[in-house]
Amino acid sequence: MNKSVFLGALTVVGMAAGVASAATLDDVKSRGTLNCGVSTGLVGFAAPNTSGEWEGFDVDLCRAVAAAVLGDPTAVEFVPTTPKTRFTALSSGEVDMLARNTTWTFSRDNDLKLEFTGINYYDGQGFMVPTELGVSSAKDLDGATVCIQTGTTTELNLADYFRANNISYEPVPIETNAEAQQQYLAGACDVYTTDASGLAATRATFENPDDHVLLPEIISKEPLGPLVRHGDNEWGDVIRWTLNALISAEELGVTSANVGEIGESSNNPEIKRLLGTEGELGAMLGLDPNWAQQAITAGGNYGEIFEKNIGENTPIGLSRGLNAQWTDGGLLYSPPFR
Amino acid sequence: MSDTHAQTVAFVRETEIPPSPPPASEAGVIKWLRENLFSSIANSILTILGLIAVYYIVVGLGPWLANSIWQSDSLAECREILDGANGACFAVIRERWNQLLFGFRYPVDEYWRPALAFVLLFVAILPVLFSHLPRKLLIGTALYPFLAFWLIWGGSVLIPIVALLGFVVGAVAYSMISARSFVGAIAAAVIAAAATWWAGGLLLRIGADFLALRAVPSRDLGGFMLNMILGTVCVSLSLPIGIVLALGRQSNLPIIKVLCVIFIEFVRGVPLITLLFVASVILAYFFPPESNLDLVLRVIIMITMFASAYIAEVIRGGLAALPRGQYEAADSLGLDYAQSMRLIILPQALKISIPGIVNVAVGLFKDTTLVAIISMYDLVGLIRGPILASTDWNGVYWELWSFAALLFFVICYGISQYSQWLERKLATDHR
Amino acid sequence: MTAMSDAPTQSFRLSMLLYDTRYRGYTIQFIVILFVVLAVGYLVSNLFANLAEQGVVLTYDFLEQPAGYDINQTLIEYNNQSSHLRASVVGALNTLLVAAMACVLATILGVFAGILRLSNNWLVAKLMAIYVEAFRNVPVLIWIIIINTVVTSVGSSPRVFLTRGGSVEPESSLFLGMFAFTNRGLYIPSIGLGSGWLVVLLAFVAGILGFFAWRSYVKKKLFQEGSLLPAWPAWAILFGPVILAMVLLPGALTILRPDVASNNFNIQDGVLLGRPLLALWLALSIYTGAFIAENVRAGILAISKGQTEAAAALGLRPGRIMNLVILPQALRVIIPPLISQYLNITKNSSLAIAVGYADITATLGGITLNQTGRAIECVLLLMLFYLTISLSISALMNVYNNSVRLKER
Repeated sequence: MNKSVFLGALTVVGMAAGVASAATLDDVKSRGTLNCGVSTGLVGFAAPNTSGEWEGFDVDLCRAVAAAVLGDPTAVEFVPTTPKTRFTALSSGEVDMLARNTTWTFSRDNDLKLEFTGINYYDGQGFMVPTELGVSSAKDLDGATVCIQTGTTTELNLADYFRANNISYEPVPIETNAEAQQQYLAGACDVYTTDASGLAATRATFENPDDHVLLPEIISKEPLGPLVRHGDNEWGDVIRWTLNALISAEELGVTSANVGEIGESSNNPEIKRLLGTEGELGAMLGLDPNWAQQAITAGGNYGEIFEKNIGENTPIGLSRGLNAQWTDGGLLYSPPFR
Repeated sequence: MSDTHAQTVAFVRETEIPPSPPPASEAGVIKWLRENLFSSIANSILTILGLIAVYYIVVGLGPWLANSIWQSDSLAECREILDGANGACFAVIRERWNQLLFGFRYPVDEYWRPALAFVLLFVAILPVLFSHLPRKLLIGTALYPFLAFWLIWGGSVLIPIVALLGFVVGAVAYSMISARSFVGAIAAAVIAAAATWWAGGLLLRIGADFLALRAVPSRDLGGFMLNMILGTVCVSLSLPIGIVLALGRQSNLPIIKVLCVIFIEFVRGVPLITLLFVASVILAYFFPPESNLDLVLRVIIMITMFASAYIAEVIRGGLAALPRGQYEAADSLGLDYAQSMRLIILPQALKISIPGIVNVAVGLFKDTTLVAIISMYDLVGLIRGPILASTDWNGVYWELWSFAALLFFVICYGISQYSQWLERKLATDHR
Repeated sequence: MTAMSDAPTQSFRLSMLLYDTRYRGYTIQFIVILFVVLAVGYLVSNLFANLAEQGVVLTYDFLEQPAGYDINQTLIEYNNQSSHLRASVVGALNTLLVAAMACVLATILGVFAGILRLSNNWLVAKLMAIYVEAFRNVPVLIWIIIINTVVTSVGSSPRVFLTRGGSVEPESSLFLGMFAFTNRGLYIPSIGLGSGWLVVLLAFVAGILGFFAWRSYVKKKLFQEGSLLPAWPAWAILFGPVILAMVLLPGALTILRPDVASNNFNIQDGVLLGRPLLALWLALSIYTGAFIAENVRAGILAISKGQTEAAAALGLRPGRIMNLVILPQALRVIIPPLISQYLNITKNSSLAIAVGYADITATLGGITLNQTGRAIECVLLLMLFYLTISLSISALMNVYNNSVRLKER
């Protein structure tokens, strides 16, 4: 008797649990806010400022998505996630999307059942050393102590690189960027390695940035991009094409300043399709016709977001490099809007 | 006799001489020093070592504190003002004061709400701490959780009122039936409370904005406030659960006993941090996707589980310490299990367990800092994350950590002093 | 008189399940188990539904795959091609290492502080009270971070010791030519084994055996004949054979000094007690030492004053009163809480993650979890590990408690 009660109970609750819907887009619309997973604090990419507002390159992508879907760039709940919690937060539905400098890898895409919806930053792992050590190449680092920020692909790349070059090192794994800096500046490690963009951001906060040098070697490909749960293609498309809209907008010369009128005044049909003054692209995504216009108004096009948060005029001072438009020799290449 | 005396002795003192002061080595400071610091060679060596330690601490900390700077916008500015001298840059605490206390997401205009809840906490807790205060004040204590919930999380005042109403209706139902059957009364109370909450839920849909404070999602709680909330909520929730678990572990019913033992030993056998990992990375899988338990709630569940296992063990100690005769006396009076526990056993067992419970509470309050490791911005998480990562305050370790240590010290030391006072007070009627 | 009550009816009625104490226990247990089964069933079925929806299967296959990351402090052979399982074992051993080291140091600190807090030296008693209260009332996580910061900022970088192949005059030289305290950890010399090291080892073991044999002989002589033999032969027996063996076999054991010349970044050779280990070890020891001090103090105070006075009346000196009369009795009170403090050390060592020490929480529950994304499997294994340790220590404690219980006859 006991057993049949147990089985009965299992069936009932199993059925109740099985009807959960997978349509994130509808959830977000009915909820009225977008839950966006970001990092716990990496200046330039996602960090709260003094007044507690989140800002940064990844944050602006979240805001653009919120603007496209809900028409309001402030309708975002930012959920800080660590490297450990980020995938679970996404899988369990705590966040709708992750914009958290996460590297697109094969196993994350396939084994963890996640879906990367594009690349918003082409990065690579680099090294920072004090100038006084006189090191000019990563190959000179035999025997050095290396501070690594854990929980990323960094540890694996580092192990691979040093093994391939047959040199030894002492790894010092560290949880937060701030602690890594503390160790590095105290001389407890000779080298600090993480994504080159992160290194630049870190160096910018030092008392004497010129005492430290970034080595020329970039030892890995780190395509960073937003990701969503596997199997919800409508929602994935919204993120993918919001990012593409920002990239295309830069290519087509649509900026936050002229986005209001260029849709009417321009003769370029792609701009008209992008901004919804022509065609039905918005409806195909399940969004308003002016979705892209709202996304671009939120924080500007890709180039504007880049310059505002991490560009050469900010303390982080990154050049566009690989992240320039394909027309300028970079890798940014948005599929056409038609 | 006196005559002979008078003739044979030239002088007889007729008044007592005033006592002369003790020798210099047996008086005042010197005596104290001799007895307390230099009573033997070994003692003298210890004293000298102690003095050296004190000297180093004073020399190290003195100038650092004396030169401290309270007015500055960044560490760089501090260093400029100090100009190479050794000094603390407490300006960071001044500038980030609100963030350290309330987290960086709590709305600035609403800081008065948690502050008020904090002050009221002391008012509510006083009658619990000091038993000579009028017992009527306990009503205020019972109302406090609902008031504090409303103040901190905001939303309509109806939410806490409905919750409170459910408990009141449940209690009324219980008292009506408890004379006839304890089990029946409990069942009636649960049903009545559930019915009230269900009806209240309907009411809430209509009056969602009735007397509403601005709602603050629990994700936006942070800073020392988060430590305080986690500490008080989890300790108060874990007390009743701990009592039930302790009774279950002592019970004669084998299945219940085994279940309680498994739960208690499992929770006590793993570190809190693994339970917090469960809260942050696993627990969400155990609930339907739409249930949307937020992280603070999941953490509260896990910490409460953790604390109740420890409290259960403390109370079990109290139960075991009661003389066997108390149980037998209760039985011989013809009391049933519920009555004997409620009227005879638990009041005595809980009294013995109070120091242990306070110890668990202090330990738990300290352990709330571990939530920093699962990316919550409590006091420690806030310092490790946003503040130390910011361009302005990158490198201000000592000032921030000593501030955090001081905050915890003040509260925990206060509680442990209270516990010792209580222990002394309770000890008098045992011996 | 017809006051005789009716004979109890033998037939079973349903209401007896609720009102008859003989059966009520079964009813309550049935209801409880029903609730537990329903609750567990609900949670587990949610789990499987959620996992199925995402197409994820629970599997432990990832443990076989190469871990791909390096660990700086390992007790067994490990490189980045070893499996995740091996990385977890490395982590588990590191957990046990730091826990064992911290248990020893915390006990020493705790016993000293506990006894000194009761000393009649006012200054020392006050200092110890400050130590105990300061550490007991501040979270261990904050202490770990603070002590880590202390170690990092007090130690200098090992670069100041380096000669870079003799081309540079180092800013500092090694202490005694053997020790260096740096912010990467403590460098100490290691011992190289030459031919004949086995002989030295055997001589050492023989010395220890001889030492205890001599001690028991002395005791026997004292109790049977009342004559007290001098103490020095014991030490001669302990160290004599080893010294003799080392003199006879000069190449058997060599001291390998840390090498400051061959590398431009680090001191080579020697043994490095890494900063993470050092910081965690010190923090756990000092923190738990404060708790142990309180246990020791309580244990000593639990011994009635009469014991001290009786011992004094027998003419024992204060040191002997402590050693021969008070401590043996106090130990009975001290040991059970002491062991639960050891358990706390083991559990608190999971905070290693805050200083970058590669314990099991940092390998299995940290990097492996991050790299494979297998959160449920990793956390379950992690809990299983700690549970095994805790339950075995508890079992040992029960055995001990039973053996020292006052024999009541």
